[in-house]
Amino acid sequence: MAQLKHLLFRLIVTALFLAVPILGVWTFVNADQMHVWFPEAVSSFGGEIDHLFSLILWMVGITFVATEVLLVLIILRYSRRDPSRSHYTHGSHVLEMVWTAVPALLLLFILFSQMGVWSEVKIAPPHEPSDPYSRENPLMRVYASQFDWRVRYPDEEGNFEGENVVESAYDIYVPVDTKVFFDLVSRDVLHSFYVPNFRLKQDAIPGMKVPVWFEAREVGDFDLICAELCGWGHYKMAGRVHVLPQDEYTAWLEGQREALYDNGSED
Amino acid sequence: MTTAAGTRPLGIDPPGTVHVSHDHHELGFLRKYIFSVDHKVIGIQFLFTGLVMLLWGGLMAMAIRWQLAFPWTQMPILGKVLFPETGGVTTPEGYTMLFTMHGTLMIFFVIIPLLTGTFGNYLIPLMIGAPDMAFPRLNMLGYWFWWPGILCIIMAMGAEGGGPAAGWTAYPPLSTIEAAAPGSMSGQTWWLLAVTFVGVSSMMGAVNYVTTIVKMRAPGMTLFRMPLSIWGLLIAALLQLFALPVLTAAGFMQLFDRVFDAGLFTPTDVVINNTNPETMGQAAGGSPLLWQHLFWFYSHPAVYIMVVPAMGFVSDIIATHARKPIFGYKPMVYSMSSIAGLGFIVWGHHMFTSGMNPNVGLVFMSATIMIALPSAIKVFNWLGTLFRSRIELNSAMLFALAFVSMFIIGGLSGIWMAATPVDMYIHDTYIIVAHFHYVVFAGSVMAIFGSLHHWFPKMFGRLMNETLGKIHFFGTFIFLNGIFYMMHQLGLAGLMRRTADPYAYETYAALQPMNQFISICAFCLLGWQVFFVFNFFHSMFFGKRVGRNPWKSCSLEWQAPSPPGHGNFDHQLEVHHGPYEYAVPGAAEDYVPQTQPSPQVG
Repeated sequence: MAQLKHLLFRLIVTALFLAVPILGVWTFVNADQMHVWFPEAVSSFGGEIDHLFSLILWMVGITFVATEVLLVLIILRYSRRDPSRSHYTHGSHVLEMVWTAVPALLLLFILFSQMGVWSEVKIAPPHEPSDPYSRENPLMRVYASQFDWRVRYPDEEGNFEGENVVESAYDIYVPVDTKVFFDLVSRDVLHSFYVPNFRLKQDAIPGMKVPVWFEAREVGDFDLICAELCGWGHYKMAGRVHVLPQDEYTAWLEGQREALYDNGSED
Repeated sequence: MTTAAGTRPLGIDPPGTVHVSHDHHELGFLRKYIFSVDHKVIGIQFLFTGLVMLLWGGLMAMAIRWQLAFPWTQMPILGKVLFPETGGVTTPEGYTMLFTMHGTLMIFFVIIPLLTGTFGNYLIPLMIGAPDMAFPRLNMLGYWFWWPGILCIIMAMGAEGGGPAAGWTAYPPLSTIEAAAPGSMSGQTWWLLAVTFVGVSSMMGAVNYVTTIVKMRAPGMTLFRMPLSIWGLLIAALLQLFALPVLTAAGFMQLFDRVFDAGLFTPTDVVINNTNPETMGQAAGGSPLLWQHLFWFYSHPAVYIMVVPAMGFVSDIIATHARKPIFGYKPMVYSMSSIAGLGFIVWGHHMFTSGMNPNVGLVFMSATIMIALPSAIKVFNWLGTLFRSRIELNSAMLFALAFVSMFIIGGLSGIWMAATPVDMYIHDTYIIVAHFHYVVFAGSVMAIFGSLHHWFPKMFGRLMNETLGKIHFFGTFIFLNGIFYMMHQLGLAGLMRRTADPYAYETYAALQPMNQFISICAFCLLGWQVFFVFNFFHSMFFGKRVGRNPWKSCSLEWQAPSPPGHGNFDHQLEVHHGPYEYAVPGAAEDYVPQTQPSPQVG
């Protein structure tokens, strides 16, 4: 009877620990149906970032399942009440070498696989002479402040100050399939420019102009979310990025400028 | 014998000195239990205080979960206390206070004091065979420096305007300029004082732990004969010694910003609430990024302070209850040491998206990815220890196994965060929340529960109830995974932390059911702790009485009476071998205590 009880208890413990890898994998497989999976990636580097995520997901996923299942098997097998003693050993030099070297190589592989995309996004953006915008000649400047987003489009001379500067609050308009360069500025505390669909997040810091770029590959409206705690209204510091076809974007900007001239002449 | 027996620094008893007749005069209640210099009493004081703070921090978490599951609705019970002026509905500034308090309490008032304050104090002298700490009065002062910290954090939470609101990371300028967070007012100043006091308290502890471990080991207790718990505590204490001064200094700088308008973290030309602080006489010209560097220079090593001792405790629990020597003792020591060493050069991974030079980001990414290696080595060595062992599935062991299982998840998910391009998407999302809760809650707190079951008989001379312990374990394990595993999924969907009401965003609109599931698991988790609380206090008075060594463990603390008297040991100790001599072939019993010479072990 005591033996049966112990067997039952071992099986319950085993099932509990086995549930971790099983349900763990199950949630990742079904995450899409449960609406807890990545929003669609629409930026040029979004796909690459998702790819890097999946690469790591496969590597850690296999390691996760393998080690958890090994732990479960060990728990099940060696929790038997066995009168004999444990195997007496203090370790194995060969095994230590193996399980140091193999993960080290895998980690180095992960490490080097990340550098290209990071460099592309943050260090050396790809740039061709035909691109209309660059770090030196940005499309816009984004100002974050408690608790709104404002964006300025420069006048024809590239100035961000002056009466011909187009301003927009909360809504950011950008052309599709174009490398959009912009400077990110905060007027007060820290904020962060986060567009989940672009896989892009960059903090806005008072006193600094941070250069940012993205290239949207699809037309549409996307959430802009503040991702750095900025005060009580942090949760509602929402904006929208409107990705327009090239001609619609040009028309929108022209329309805004004309409205400015009209207002100016009325004054 | 290679101990420091030859060196006898002033004021420190030579190793192995036994104070048998030290204390035959009776101490009064105050001196014995309140203002005690006995490391065991101080350890238990830290334990009780820490558990109360754990409850407080847990209640803050419940309030957060209520808001995320049912935003802007009346919170039952807790709401009346926290937000009486709105009838129990969370306010936006109240929400920022809640997660600020939750993080601060859990890190500075629960995990670090429970691991180092409680077990560091209780175990170090006993496990190395010393009569007490090197500096018993400093030790007492360390505990009592905690109390001004607690008072300050109470003042912070109750401060006019709703308490500190800048998160436990306290990033300026939000934390330094009062106009930026009207709710914070004096709350942030009290918060800074609280963190400074607990920092000084930890510092006093760390000085004591290092000195005691280096100078007061029993004869024969070489460094490589120390239990891994002691190694973990030594490494954590060294981390504190090197990292805490930076936090303390940074805290004072922020205090100067708040109190004297020093402007150390305030750049020029900020405009807050339509006012430029400079026009109001405040200095500027500082850098908000400077705080982040200083803060994380401490707070990343602090993450390892919160897990390395737990790794040590778990190793001891596993070896004892699996009746097998630790597999790869020295690799375990080296991997803990390299986690600590690398831990000092990875702080920048909290700042990949901060605007820091992206080239520097590559350096931090390299160090951060490689820190996964010693963690992996540790997991493999635990599995190696369990392989071909005799596992006794008692409560202590179940919690230790849970630590291993959960640490695998917490360790592996860290690789995503280390990868800079991926981090750009997941930074500050719920996958980060999931990751560090897997390490600190599912890891360290499980290790604390396991350690309490394991060392309870030494502390109180009685066993904790096994049935209640197992019931507590099963529920805790199930609910914590229900909470934190699902947070990975929320993070992948892009959900940001610290967002009071996310569902207004199109991206997050579908996430509320998952958040409700998580919150219900969280409420159940808190409720389930009733089993622990009852077991803990009931066993303290009515548990089964046991002798010195109920687990038949090799290490020195089990040679002392349970509970040990003042001066700890009643006989002279000499250590002959390492702490994990279980299942020695040819030995009469399946364990050979460290004090027992044995022809079979070297």
